[in-house]
Amino acid sequence: MAHFTKATSIKDWLNQRLAVEKLEKVMASEYWIPKNINFLWAMGMVLVITFALLLVSGIFLLMYYQPNVATAFDSVNYTIMREVDFGWLWRHVHGVAASVVFLIIYIHMFTGIYYGSYKKGREMIWISGMLLFVAFSAEAFSGYMLPWGQMSYWAGMVITNLFSGGSLHADGLVEWIRGDYVPAQAFLTRFFMLHVLLIPLAILGLIGLHFGALRIPHVNNQDGEEIDFDAEAKKYLDGDKAGSKVMRFANDFMSKDMMVVGIYLIFFFYLVFYNYGFAMDPVNFDPADGLKTPAHIYPEWYFLWSYEILRPFSVDIGLIAFAFAQVIFVLLPFLDRSPNTCPANRRGKAFAIWFWLMLINMIVLTAMGKLPPEGVFSKIGFVSAILFIVMWIALPFITAREKKV
Amino acid sequence: MKNKEPLILAVVVFFSLVTYYLVEPYAHHVMHKHVESEHFAYADLPALSGKIGDAANGKVLVTGAAACTGCHSIEKDGMPAMMEPQMSAASYGVNPPDLSNAGAVYDAKFLSDLIKNPAHALKVEHKYDPAKGKMHPMVPFYGAGGDIDQEVADIVAYLQSIAVSAEELTPAMAFENACGRCHAMRYENWTQMGTKPSFKHKKDELAFDIKVIEYQDSLKAYMGKLPPDLSMYYRSRNSHFLETFIENPQSQLAGTAMPRVGVTAEVAEKVIEHMADAGDTKRHERESIAVNVMIYIVIFAIFALLWKKQVWRDLH
Repeated sequence: MAHFTKATSIKDWLNQRLAVEKLEKVMASEYWIPKNINFLWAMGMVLVITFALLLVSGIFLLMYYQPNVATAFDSVNYTIMREVDFGWLWRHVHGVAASVVFLIIYIHMFTGIYYGSYKKGREMIWISGMLLFVAFSAEAFSGYMLPWGQMSYWAGMVITNLFSGGSLHADGLVEWIRGDYVPAQAFLTRFFMLHVLLIPLAILGLIGLHFGALRIPHVNNQDGEEIDFDAEAKKYLDGDKAGSKVMRFANDFMSKDMMVVGIYLIFFFYLVFYNYGFAMDPVNFDPADGLKTPAHIYPEWYFLWSYEILRPFSVDIGLIAFAFAQVIFVLLPFLDRSPNTCPANRRGKAFAIWFWLMLINMIVLTAMGKLPPEGVFSKIGFVSAILFIVMWIALPFITAREKKV
Repeated sequence: MKNKEPLILAVVVFFSLVTYYLVEPYAHHVMHKHVESEHFAYADLPALSGKIGDAANGKVLVTGAAACTGCHSIEKDGMPAMMEPQMSAASYGVNPPDLSNAGAVYDAKFLSDLIKNPAHALKVEHKYDPAKGKMHPMVPFYGAGGDIDQEVADIVAYLQSIAVSAEELTPAMAFENACGRCHAMRYENWTQMGTKPSFKHKKDELAFDIKVIEYQDSLKAYMGKLPPDLSMYYRSRNSHFLETFIENPQSQLAGTAMPRVGVTAEVAEKVIEHMADAGDTKRHERESIAVNVMIYIVIFAIFALLWKKQVWRDLH
């Protein structure tokens, strides 16, 4: 058993029991971050802040929301929006944050791809990040069901239908997921449970894993340079702060994190107050009606690219393509065969083109996913979906031929 | 080392804005037909005859030869409704409007045409075609023997003389007159029968609810379906859609059973304001708080920037 002495101060008392000083060093003051990074490295903190906004606003909404098909719509649109003081503010913060969090996730993801931050021991950072993406997607989808508007109902109908597996006709599975033949009370209550308990728990766990995965390989830097963190940390602690290649997480990098967060919050609250329409689809302000299909059914913008990979094909091929799109990003560290860890633009033409084309193609897919699948839009969508698949299949071959730079 | 951050920021902002433009303004432009407002000019209706109406003679016509009061009440001028609304709806399909404020709510040109040719003014000729034996429940005014244009001008003058002034017409009154006999608005406690009173006894409340259901059943048979509750229509549509839809429902939804209501531009604005009061109740609070939050966040960002500068002074 450990030996405890009479504490000389509260700090000492805590130190003996919780090792708070050591913890502070490991987590903050001696958590070393390379200096050679830019503001894109602050997206992690931006995501933490956005997640905190979602959690806090969600807790307030949870106090008034009623998961019942007869009252859900009114509990949101009447009780929360009209009766509860600042209920409208919590709802708008929650809705806008749910949308913006995906913008930041995509920026964070493409930053990782661009700088090769999934390579050389950083594979688990990427994989845990992609698991977080999946968890956030499930969280967003389940949350979208809750106001029980037209888009909630019909999106729920369309997405749960995917599980019938096309020609497999696994209708029993769909009914099992819905708890009914159509989205109804059982469906709403279980998605409520998923949204407020099970998925948030998974997200919290995965955030822990994501942070943990970062601790040993350390954060990547703008040039993919391998840094001797022990030697550079010693240099810093010996007083050569300017000469060292690393800095403390707190307060050094955190001050920059907070600067980026400050600018981000200006943008965020501008959206909350002046431009929230993109995050709160008008169609969902009509109450759910199983007898009235909306003219256009589309998911929120962050799901559009994968929706468009599903849509231009026949049912079975579409489902296979969709499943491919869902898992392929996770495999990136293993599909990229290149020996280089450096920005995409410096890895040779092939990968540079691959990166920018992938980014542009995903934006094209996103746009086509929302536009009605008619005429030229459906042709563009079809070509883009094929291109997406071909590019991922080509990735191992392109990268294997890459020369060491 | 050259500072690349402005370039990186420009790239991030550029791709974000392109995505936003494509999925929001552009996609909605493609999905939703754009209808230009005619600013409630009702250009398709015949111009006013220019005759000066005589309100006193108008009253004689309304209560006499034109037989308006056979179906319409004019409570303001001492002519109450003869039947309860649900009974009226059972007889006519929908409760014929009380005409007390018709002169303030409806456009004069529209009223003049409506009196002579209801299905035409209301743009429901696809539903009511006398050739197919389908008459609009409102009987046209064929004239009382004199100059019909003068008689119509007299009737309109009478309706305008008894109506409230434009300033007295509240957004709620505008909505109730123009929309409220077909559309409920439950967030404002409005039913097609009027504002739902608060009842002391459950039995009385149920009796009222049954009347509303009876009314709605008649309305359903008359319109083909129950017209939607408009509580959240300000958010589920947008004010431009509402404006052009009120102006001419057929322009947005060809073949709809909803008649053109014929309100003036000012009254349409009030109707939409009332819909905003129901569906976007806290908009004024939102606008005022927005400024404070933005100031607060900008100050936060400035402090964060200064802190960063101070911390990083030693790092370079």
